[in-house]
Amino acid sequence: MSKKLRTRKHKVVLNRSAGGDAGISVMLIILGAFMFLPMIYVISQSLKPLDELWMFPPRFIVRNPTFKNYRDLFMLMNTSWVPFSRYIFNTVFTSVTGTVGNLFFSSLAAYAMAKIKFPGRKWMFKTVRTSLMFHSTVTAITSFIIMSALNWVDTYWAIIVPAWATSLGLYLMKQFMETNVSDAVLESARLDGASELYTFWVIAMPMVKPAWLTLIIYSFQDLWNKGASIYIHSEQLKSFNYAIGQIMAGGVKRAGAHAASLVIMMFVPILVFVITQSNIIETMGSSGMKD
Amino acid sequence: MSKKKAVIRSDMTRAQWTWKEMKRNKVAYAMIAPYMLIFTLFTVVPVALSMVISLTNFNLLEVPDVVWLDNYIRLFLDDDIFILACKNTLIFAMIVGPVSYLMSLMVAWFINELPPKIRALVTLVFYAPSISGQVYLIWGTLFSGDSYGWVNGILLDLGIITKEIQWFQNASYVMPLCIVVALWTSLGTSFLSFIAGLQGIDRSMYEAGAVDGVRNRWQELWYITLPSMKPQLMFGAVMAITSSFGFGGVVTALCGFPSVDYAAHTIMHHLDDYGSQRFEVGYSSAIAVVLFAVMIGANMLVKKVLSKVGQ
Repeated sequence: MSKKLRTRKHKVVLNRSAGGDAGISVMLIILGAFMFLPMIYVISQSLKPLDELWMFPPRFIVRNPTFKNYRDLFMLMNTSWVPFSRYIFNTVFTSVTGTVGNLFFSSLAAYAMAKIKFPGRKWMFKTVRTSLMFHSTVTAITSFIIMSALNWVDTYWAIIVPAWATSLGLYLMKQFMETNVSDAVLESARLDGASELYTFWVIAMPMVKPAWLTLIIYSFQDLWNKGASIYIHSEQLKSFNYAIGQIMAGGVKRAGAHAASLVIMMFVPILVFVITQSNIIETMGSSGMKD
Repeated sequence: MSKKKAVIRSDMTRAQWTWKEMKRNKVAYAMIAPYMLIFTLFTVVPVALSMVISLTNFNLLEVPDVVWLDNYIRLFLDDDIFILACKNTLIFAMIVGPVSYLMSLMVAWFINELPPKIRALVTLVFYAPSISGQVYLIWGTLFSGDSYGWVNGILLDLGIITKEIQWFQNASYVMPLCIVVALWTSLGTSFLSFIAGLQGIDRSMYEAGAVDGVRNRWQELWYITLPSMKPQLMFGAVMAITSSFGFGGVVTALCGFPSVDYAAHTIMHHLDDYGSQRFEVGYSSAIAVVLFAVMIGANMLVKKVLSKVGQ
């Protein structure tokens, strides 16, 4: 038996020709360079002293790295009209409250749709799934009218509340719960007299940790990277990303500080992804669309 | 929740039964209520509202008049820039969508057999640009219009060009460059979904395939791998199509608004121009409805095509 298996495995290995392996490696390296080099360039640029930033011919990699651009960036932050800490607070506050709400409301709805058979759940899920098919620019103008009607223009609500019900969040959570929460366990909890809310929070949620980590990352990234919003006019309520954009508008002499700001902005989402990567991939395992 | 209760009973009509089921599951409705309320208010209602407003001449100030299809007629017969925007959007989406989709799939497939630690690292390299916020602005520095921009510097130094090229101010370079930058940020959700799909395929399928006469990795990909990850292919397609229509912000950040000679003017820009700059809400709603129809249509079309995989 074991010998038979080994010969089978051997055959599988035979399906991999050396030429094909080499070809794939070359493609992967070329594509990898295309993806990776701009990231290296932005880091290199942020470490360049002034004379290297304005050097001809320009160099890709910094020769005498310095943190001066980062110090300049913090100096610029301190001289802005609205204190920079305020922009940072706005972004952190909306990111955290938006993400927490999304995690709670989307999971709650996903649990009900995946595990309770109530009339209407199918078309509700279909509607949410259809909304994955269009980009939010389509609804921007009319959403503004709704925001005005609610008197939410120029408040945090306009950013936070819509983030509480994302279609991708519900979709991924529902798909993952369907395959990873066993009905038998829920059934026995219900027979023991547990309420649906208790079953959801104490039994189902711990089983879907990868899915809620994924939802947190997606929601957080989305809110963290939010720039100028059409709902926000007051300088005091604008986001960190918007303020960063203003640094570049300050002209060529800020090129170094601008590169430094891009590095700082990209650092947070990348770090979060590195920590949670395996959970996200696990969640994506059940992301498929069946029909 | 037992099976017996779910069977429709003969002593009541369907409506009565549904009503009873609804009452029995009122907890479920309470659980979905907050989500559905917000979702309806900020996703469903705006789409419906666009369709209604697109039939009027609403401008936020005056009481709107119903003008029926006038906005659509003006859009298609009387607005040359809109036609140009449609053309640009289709070129953009038809290149970025499929290329980013194939790139995601190919890269996911290439790295599938690497050892887990290396695979995680390569995944990060490919995925990082799509999550790093505005880092795509670095392309503006790489292709900056002066001789300190890296690309101009190199070309000047090598003597290929004698005068700096104003990359993002030149109508013939704007569109290709924006496509490249969009592709650079496009290995996102669909990419992760494909990695997971490939990881989820049972190894024994390949072994059985090898016994059944699959001779090389291309046959294996077509006959075994792709058919077994069809649900992921579908989900990835939806994600790729939707985002291929959403790169307006990248274009504006790199080329300014409007882009030179409207060379990279897309439907998203046209929508934004009439909606949030000129406040012609009725007209911009008509643009939004057209864009909505195009996106849903593209998704339906691709769904049809994907159902042919592995046949």
